[in-house]
Amino acid sequence: MNRHLISAADLSRDEALLILDTAEELAQMADRPIRKLPTLRGRTVVNLFYEDSTRTRISFEAAAKRLSADVINFSAKGSSVAKGESLKDTALTLEAMGADAVVIRHPASGAPHRLAGWVRGSVVNAGDGTHEHPTQALLDAFTMRRRLGRVDGLHVAIVGDVLHSRVARSNVLLLRTLGAEVTLVAPPTLLPVAVSSWPCEVSYDLSGTLPKADVVMMLRVQAERMNAAYFPTVREYSRRYGLDAARLALLPDHGIVMHPGPMNRGIEIAAEVADSPRSTIVEQVANGVSVRMAVLYLLLGGANSAADDGAGQEAAAAAEPAEVTR
Amino acid sequence: MTRALYQSDAGEAAGPGPASALQTGASQPKAADPARTRPAPLADGKVVLESVEIARALTRVAHEILERTNGASDVVLLGIPTRGVPLARRLAARLSQVEGRPTPAGSLDATMYRDDLRLRPARALGHTEVPASGIDGKIVVLVDDVLYSGRTVRAALDALSDIGRPRAVQLAVLVDRGHRELPIRADYVGKNLPTSQREVVQVLLAETDGRDAVLLGAAAGR
Repeated sequence: MNRHLISAADLSRDEALLILDTAEELAQMADRPIRKLPTLRGRTVVNLFYEDSTRTRISFEAAAKRLSADVINFSAKGSSVAKGESLKDTALTLEAMGADAVVIRHPASGAPHRLAGWVRGSVVNAGDGTHEHPTQALLDAFTMRRRLGRVDGLHVAIVGDVLHSRVARSNVLLLRTLGAEVTLVAPPTLLPVAVSSWPCEVSYDLSGTLPKADVVMMLRVQAERMNAAYFPTVREYSRRYGLDAARLALLPDHGIVMHPGPMNRGIEIAAEVADSPRSTIVEQVANGVSVRMAVLYLLLGGANSAADDGAGQEAAAAAEPAEVTR
Repeated sequence: MTRALYQSDAGEAAGPGPASALQTGASQPKAADPARTRPAPLADGKVVLESVEIARALTRVAHEILERTNGASDVVLLGIPTRGVPLARRLAARLSQVEGRPTPAGSLDATMYRDDLRLRPARALGHTEVPASGIDGKIVVLVDDVLYSGRTVRAALDALSDIGRPRAVQLAVLVDRGHRELPIRADYVGKNLPTSQREVVQVLLAETDGRDAVLLGAAAGR
């Protein structure tokens, strides 16, 4: 793990648990009269969003502000990107403005990885194409742990448009790291080609998977990324892979329903299921702020983050041999 | 060496070298800085307080709190993690025993308010638990194991003001080892221990370390 958070696969089990434990402490703050900590005072976090987003951008903004960081929001619409500026030039501009962290969402898979090579600050992946969305996976794991008390040993079914879902990929990687068993449920057309190499099971039968699942995570049908016919009709998809009240009854009594949002009510999830007490959808949003605070604190709060310039980097370099001998 | 100056107890002084928090996370127990919960043992440490003496000091401090706060009816004890927390609970037990009514005790983590965060890797947070009665209008007694630079207490005062507005804030410590860097003093002291800055004071408590003792020794490897 370096000073960036680009993939859920970068996190070891202990690192992931440290983030979740930190988020747990920070979540307490939501009940306090003053919901602000001075920890990142004087640091700048840039939200660089090349794709539309409501909850993720607001969540990162709220997280940074609660830690007293300065937040600059940058969306591709109405900016120099519309005039054709490249990602690299935009990155160098942000660098020159002194960004300590860049939270990036980009339609191209791998954009945060490239960005990490161009800027000195920390890069946090807030969703890149169909690749990864690690903070979503962290907040999902956090929500599971809060509701069910643990992640280790849970059986999680991730259902729907896995092919276009960065949430599914990050969740499979992180949940595996944390000791959960994941089953992907989707029509064969909506599974990635290499899914057999993922550390999870695959099923085409939702009703058969639900009775042994502790968590069922519904994915949004990403019509905007679908450039071909992946299923015959929306109605057929909804019949076979949608979660309605009858299917919800198959889930064990303690089972919970998750959705990363935004939902297509009536397609992958029925309105009555989304609004049921077993649904954690609103909790997931609240937990997102705590988890993102934890990530920003752990990346920016201590020594050898970007803002400490040369001294920090030298310290990091000096620490590496020690790590090996330990 | 400057690094050590910011540290309030020996456990911290024996902390890990510079490496990112996420890297050192590998060796960390749940939600705790390993240096704080499992200090490097002071091999040549001299025992300056035995278990009985710690108990006696805490009993005396408890009685001082009762005297100074008119029976401790409005007192809330908040321990500063890690070892302030069991000390606060022990004091609360003694106050309850004498006065016959429970004294609320909790914990207050000030990590996010520290002024030395950027000198070290981001560390795991301690637990904050404010008793349900709250702190508004109460007399809050902060409890810590060792008072050294005073920087932890400064951070705790800031953390406290974000939680509420106590009528008064007092400070109780088991050991005051001197070398203050801020205008902060303790209201209740278990033991004044004159030290050199090269020395390390380590408090061991049954709740966190399996036995009660205060050790004084030379800093290992520094």
